[in-house]
Amino acid sequence: MPVVSQVTCPVCGSFCDDIEVVVKNNIITDVRNACAVGAAKFLDYTNHRSVKPLVRKNDELVEASLDEAIRKSAEILIDATYPILYGWSSTSCEAIRVGLELAEEVGGVIDNTTTICHGPSILSIQDVGIASCTLGQLRHRADLIFYWGCNPWSSHPRHVERYTTFSNGRFQKSAWRAHVSRLGGILSRKRLRRAINLVLRRDVFATSEISRELPYAMFQKKRKMVVVDVRKTHSADGADYFLQVEPNKDYELLQAFRMLIADEELDIDRVAGVPVETLDEIADVMIGCELGVIFFGQGLTMTEGKLRNVDAALSLVRDLNQRTKFLIMPMRGHFNVTGADIVFTWQTGYPFAVDFSQGYPQYNPGETSVIDILCRDETDAALVVASDPVAHFPKKAAQNLVKNPLIVIDPQTTPTSLMADVVFPSTFVGIETEGTAYRMDHVPLPLKKVVEPPSNCLPDVEILQRILHEVRRLRSKRK
Amino acid sequence: MPKLKVSLLTGRTVDQGVGKEHGKLSEEYQESVAICHMDPEDIKSLGIRENKNVRIITNFGSVVVRLVKSPTAPHPKVVFIPYGPWASLVMNPKTHGTGMPSLKGIPAEIEPALEERVPSMLNLLEEHYKRE
Repeated sequence: MPVVSQVTCPVCGSFCDDIEVVVKNNIITDVRNACAVGAAKFLDYTNHRSVKPLVRKNDELVEASLDEAIRKSAEILIDATYPILYGWSSTSCEAIRVGLELAEEVGGVIDNTTTICHGPSILSIQDVGIASCTLGQLRHRADLIFYWGCNPWSSHPRHVERYTTFSNGRFQKSAWRAHVSRLGGILSRKRLRRAINLVLRRDVFATSEISRELPYAMFQKKRKMVVVDVRKTHSADGADYFLQVEPNKDYELLQAFRMLIADEELDIDRVAGVPVETLDEIADVMIGCELGVIFFGQGLTMTEGKLRNVDAALSLVRDLNQRTKFLIMPMRGHFNVTGADIVFTWQTGYPFAVDFSQGYPQYNPGETSVIDILCRDETDAALVVASDPVAHFPKKAAQNLVKNPLIVIDPQTTPTSLMADVVFPSTFVGIETEGTAYRMDHVPLPLKKVVEPPSNCLPDVEILQRILHEVRRLRSKRK
Repeated sequence: MPKLKVSLLTGRTVDQGVGKEHGKLSEEYQESVAICHMDPEDIKSLGIRENKNVRIITNFGSVVVRLVKSPTAPHPKVVFIPYGPWASLVMNPKTHGTGMPSLKGIPAEIEPALEERVPSMLNLLEEHYKRE
């Protein structure tokens, strides 16, 4: 049976490139090396897919020809005074480039999903700067790994295995064995506890307090992992130390670390619910490492303080570099959200929230970002590519999105496509279509085609090119 | 009826990731996202059991979801909902000039909703996003 090897996984920002896909008669029958989400993507991508263009008539989506759908979309975009073009993070860089051309042509606002994940991180990086690197460097050299406000076990399931604690690097060995023995210990304690509780008929160990004491492993000269979060996630179970912070207090904690690293005294007992002595010990571990890294997620960007939290994290890393070597990297969500930022930047100068309404690119997140535009109810049409804002935007923004003409290019049926006026069934990038995408550390990798798409499905890039061509044709005709 | 003041978080889970790949209209997806994870002690204080329905209320809306005992307790007064259309109904759309709405750490109230049903995806779209 033919096996396609070195396939990149079009799911999350880890963008694993060691997937093996078994194909029989143009059907994917097995997937190797992928996580649960990646495997589900390759094996179930044909579920709920749409295969024919749809156009809304008399409040119902009905099948239409591709030409009719293209013409209708071009008319919607030309007739709109302030259209938004949103999505882009789950398609190829080639499609994004055409999308930017289309946005400029129709004088709209183009924004990608950065706006609702690491937008504040980008703003902070523009303010403060970032000390970062590729994931390969960390795999081989990092001996202290922080996951701050993120849960890779759920959002990037193979990140720890491929790039950090459980990867076997040239200079740093995998901490997998230690983790397995620790897990064995935890399970044994749980069993013992259950048995005692059964005998005594009450939970004698029940406590809401989490031990703050640093384990011996944190002081050993070996690879260590620390998780900082408001709740104990599955990632925290795999960590050497879990630092629980009170909700919306990350900024205080980061600034406290900055003070401790600068050898300054804190004249309070606790910061963000954590005793200062504990913070002092962790700061010593940070200073004592050979190469440390902070991976941060939306626990920083979505909570109170937003970009200021990231400012503090970037500044902490800058301060740590006075004492040792430390790096930082945002945990990007979609497989090509980094690519979207890069293509936006090399085409317009700005990474997201780009407004072409004046004929030239303008960038002012808070004003030109899609959630703000929708909440102010300023837009009058939208094109959504490979994204599902109705499912993931706050209610007010989604309501204002669907009340205007809506065009959706997506291989799957989604809540957004159900509310659309025109739906294009595209091919799955990375399964049925080739392309380029950027991993979270800005490394470009090829997306492979492993099966043939249905005959009437076109790639995003081709649909966008045809809409762009039709917009130009109709415009010149109207003139 | 007992009410509990909590801090509401949203985020990804493996089940949500797998569910969305099964299809956004699939039962697996609804089962994986129309839920909230709650600390067992908080569930006791609400006086209900796991798998019963609760209503989550914020300043921006309310939604009925199924209650699930958190696999990562203890996290008292912190409630987690996976990303999805159900969570979006109670999210804070304010971006504070950054473009990013506040999807974590939202003050919320939670109360038992034993008589109410968790809306299906199509019902939810019909009720909240239907065009005039």
